[in-house]
Parts: sequence; structure tokens; C-alpha cells
Amino acid sequence: MAVPQKKDPLDRLFMIVTATAAISVIVILTGIFVVLLSESSLAISRFGFFRFLASTDWNPVTESFGAATAVFGTIVTTLIALLIAVPTAVGIAVFVTEIAPDFLKGPIGIAIELLAAIPSIIYGMWGLFTLAPLMAQHVEPFLQRTFGDLPIVGALFQGTPMGIDIFSASVILSIMIIPFTASIARDSFNLTPAVVKESAYGIGATKWEVVKSVVLPYSKLGVFGGVVLSLGRALGETMAVAFVLGNNHVITASLFDAASTITVTLANEFTEADSDIYLSSLFYLALVLFLLSFIILAIAKFVLLRAEKRYSR
Amino acid sequence: MTQEPEIETKDLSFYYAGNVHALKRINVDIGKNLVTAFIGPSGCGKTTLLRCFNRMHDLYPSNRYEGQIIFQGRNILESNLDLIRLRSSIGMVFQKPTPFPMTIHDNIAYGLKLKGLRKKAELSDRVEKALTDSALWGEVKDKLHESAYALSGGQQQRLCIARALAVEPEVLLFDEPTSALDPISTGKIEELISQLKDRVSIIIVTHNMQQAARVSDMTAFLYLGEIIEYGPTKKIFTNPDNKQTDDYITGRFG
Repeated sequence: MAVPQKKDPLDRLFMIVTATAAISVIVILTGIFVVLLSESSLAISRFGFFRFLASTDWNPVTESFGAATAVFGTIVTTLIALLIAVPTAVGIAVFVTEIAPDFLKGPIGIAIELLAAIPSIIYGMWGLFTLAPLMAQHVEPFLQRTFGDLPIVGALFQGTPMGIDIFSASVILSIMIIPFTASIARDSFNLTPAVVKESAYGIGATKWEVVKSVVLPYSKLGVFGGVVLSLGRALGETMAVAFVLGNNHVITASLFDAASTITVTLANEFTEADSDIYLSSLFYLALVLFLLSFIILAIAKFVLLRAEKRYSR
Repeated sequence: MTQEPEIETKDLSFYYAGNVHALKRINVDIGKNLVTAFIGPSGCGKTTLLRCFNRMHDLYPSNRYEGQIIFQGRNILESNLDLIRLRSSIGMVFQKPTPFPMTIHDNIAYGLKLKGLRKKAELSDRVEKALTDSALWGEVKDKLHESAYALSGGQQQRLCIARALAVEPEVLLFDEPTSALDPISTGKIEELISQLKDRVSIIIVTHNMQQAARVSDMTAFLYLGEIIEYGPTKKIFTNPDNKQTDDYITGRFG
């Protein structure tokens, strides 16, 4: 007689309440997907799937819509942001876990978490009023002078530095995802068994050598998972990017041109969508982002799961 | 002991962060090419003492040494000492096997590469030699380029011994090297320790008194951060001078 009979109704209620909460997640997820799909059905039937993805045309006047420019902007800003953020974040994590004296570890750790707590609209405002002018007047002209004349690479630095462009947006994005990546990297580094690090020190390794050949290999899968999670966040970020990217549907080689991302297009154009096909195309764009983020998060989960399995023994 | 000792401590005291007095005026001579065992109940300071010899305590803040540890005519507690060099002359093997996340070959070659050895042929020779010396060569020679994690616990521990041997240290520190291993692997490690003492001086911390009796020439019994008794293993285990030592080795406390 393990369980007294009279407790049963309460247990049942408890089960129902928690199960409802849990199932609602699946219901909401499915609901969102269904709404996106049904709202975009008009655009899907008009433009198809691959044609929509490949078309660079985004013209409300002729009612011809394609996702290529927005997808391009999304992917390019995200990749450049990762390029800046990942090395910085890993550097921060290495410093905080292995190198910093104790009295610095706390404050830096807290500063990183606070950076993650700043609402993205504030990043956007800061980007528009502080970063963009700084970029336009100093950073971008410098980059243009330095790299603009080089073959191939030079193409990245053409045009008039306005500060409202792919480059500024990527920098803002990178600042936003650094805290995530850094704190996940830090947690992964801390999972490296102390005794393995001690063994490396024990045969005469320096700090750098221990980080390079023990800590990083031990935590690379964890760090990778963190990077992919940040990637997901960068893909979906709207407000900060909307302020400094312009809203320009082009595919351009230069980092100093305005562009657009999926989220920026959605934020800017819903109010202007005056025809059914325009509205439906925006939903279709949202569906593309939904799938993109979904795939990326699934990859991240998969990798993290593998990492856990490997080191749990 | 007629020979000059390998390591000699003079009034060595050690404090963990927060002024925890973990070792109290330790005076001990570690003999050359002998196996010296530190025994004592948990928390007596035997591992703490072991970790003084390669300054492992320096990895954590606010730890403090007092007194001297003389090794090769020099006080290794001096603040300007080259820790990297010290740790390649005094190697360490830990309680649990600690292979690095790389291949078997690279695990052994790691310390050598740190020392600046780059030539592939020479590296392979040294790796083979270290693995032979640690009685592992026959078991791993066909899978040198597989991950070290694929080895069993006992093999991993011998790999760690090989890794420490590869850089040709004068002293090897063993911190309860068999406490995570099965009896057969333990036997192999003990055999290995007996063979190695022709080449290196060995200090071993162990919870297992039979192990200390089997492998060591000298034994120090520590209790509450002090050396209660130090002498030839035979004497400590058959006819100790001190009553506490007697109580501990006969299992009356600890």
C-alpha cells in the first residue's frame, strides 16, 4: 500500500494542470505554423517555393515579391556578426575562466550578463545616434582607405560610408550576441575537469597551451552549441537592426550599402501592405524565417545533445 | 640514507586560502631512486604535501607556503622559479586517469612538443619508449592514432604515467593512482612503480595501506598536517615507534 487512496484526486488534478501547461507549448507552436502557412497560401500559390526564395524582386507596385534580398540581408548580417562576436566572446570566456585574477572575474561576469539584459530597442537607438555617426565619420572611411583599393576584398568597402548599412547592423548584432556566446563558452570551459588541466600544467604547459590543447578541445562542442544559439538570436533580431540597416531591397557586395533583413522588412512594411498579395507575401517571408530559425535551433540542440553524451561519462 | 636526498623539506608549512593551516613544519627527506609513500587518514595533508613538490597549489589564488623545499640544490618555493621547468622535472599522475582530448600518440608527444621537440621521427621514438616503459606499448601500438578515451581506465592511467615519463622527469608524484581502478589494473600499476624507481624517485600518496607496504621503501605517516612518523616501510608497518602510527596501520582509527 504505497500510495494512500485519498491523495489520488489531488494527484490527478496536479497531473492535468501540468500536462495542460506542457501541451500548450505544442499547441501554440503548431498554431503559429498553421497561421503562417494559411496566411501565406495566396503568395505560395502565386510565387511557388524556390521561385520565391530565388527572386530578388520586391516590388509592391507591380505586386511582384521574392525573398532573396531579405534572406541575403539576414544571412549576411548574421554571418558578419558571428565573425566579430565569436572570437571576442571566446576571448572573454578564456580570460574570465583561466586568466583573470579573482577580483576581476566577478565584475566581468556580471557585466556580460547585464549586456545581455539590455532591451534590443536600446541597442537600436544607441546604434542610430552613436554608432552610425561614428562608423560614417571614422571607422568606415578608415576601412575604405585601407582596403578599398585591394582587388576582390576592395569590393566589400565601396560606396559612400553612411553608417546606416550592413556593416553597422552587423556590429550592433555582434554586440548583442557576444554576451550569449561568452556566457555559454564560459560555462563550457568550466566543465573541463580541473584535474585534466592540472595534468597539463603538471607536465609543464603554459596557460595558453592548456587553453589551446585541453580547454578548447574539451569544450568545443559546447561552444559550438552556444554559437548556433546566438546565430538563432541574430537571425530573429529586429529592432536593433531596423534602426541601422535602412530598408533597402538589394543584394549588394559592399558592406557600406543599406540592405534589409526578413525581420526588418516585416517590421517596416506591415503597415504599408495595401493588397492581399502584399500581406500574404509578408506572411510568407515570416514563414521562411520561422523555418530557418527552426532548422538552426534543431541543429544546435542536436550538437549539444551529442556533446553531453560524450562528456557525461 | 648515505646518498644525498632527492628532495628535502625544511620546516615546510602550507596555508590554503582563508589561512587554513594544512601542513605544519614538515621536515622530510625524499630518497633518490626510492619509492616514498605518504599515508594517513583523509584530510591529514598527504595530498597537500605532494602537491607542494610541483607547486600545483599555485594554480589557485591565496595559497601560501612557508619554509623551504630543496630540489637540485635550490629552494623551489622561491617566487622567481621557472614553474614550467620545475613541472617537467617533477611529473605528476592523478587519482583519476586524465588523458587529454587527443590521440594516444599526441597525449605522449604533448609534453615533448611543449619542450620544443618537433622532429616527427624523434617524437615517435620517444613516444614508443615512454609507452614501452609504462608497459603499454604492446596493447596500443596498433592504435596510436585513436582517441585516448577509447582505452580502459587502467590503460588510461598507464598512458598518463607514460605521458609523465616521456619528458624524462627526475621525480614522479603519484596521487592515489589506483583508487579508481580495478584490482588487476592496480596490480599492473604497482608493478610499474617498482620498475620505474631505477630511473626516477617516486612519491606516492595512498589510502591503501597494503599498497604502501607493497610498493614503498620509505613511509611517512601524516596526521592533522604533521608527520607523525617517517622511516623505512618495513619498520613503520611492523614495529612503529609511535602509538598513533600503530593505531592507524592496525586499523584502529582513520
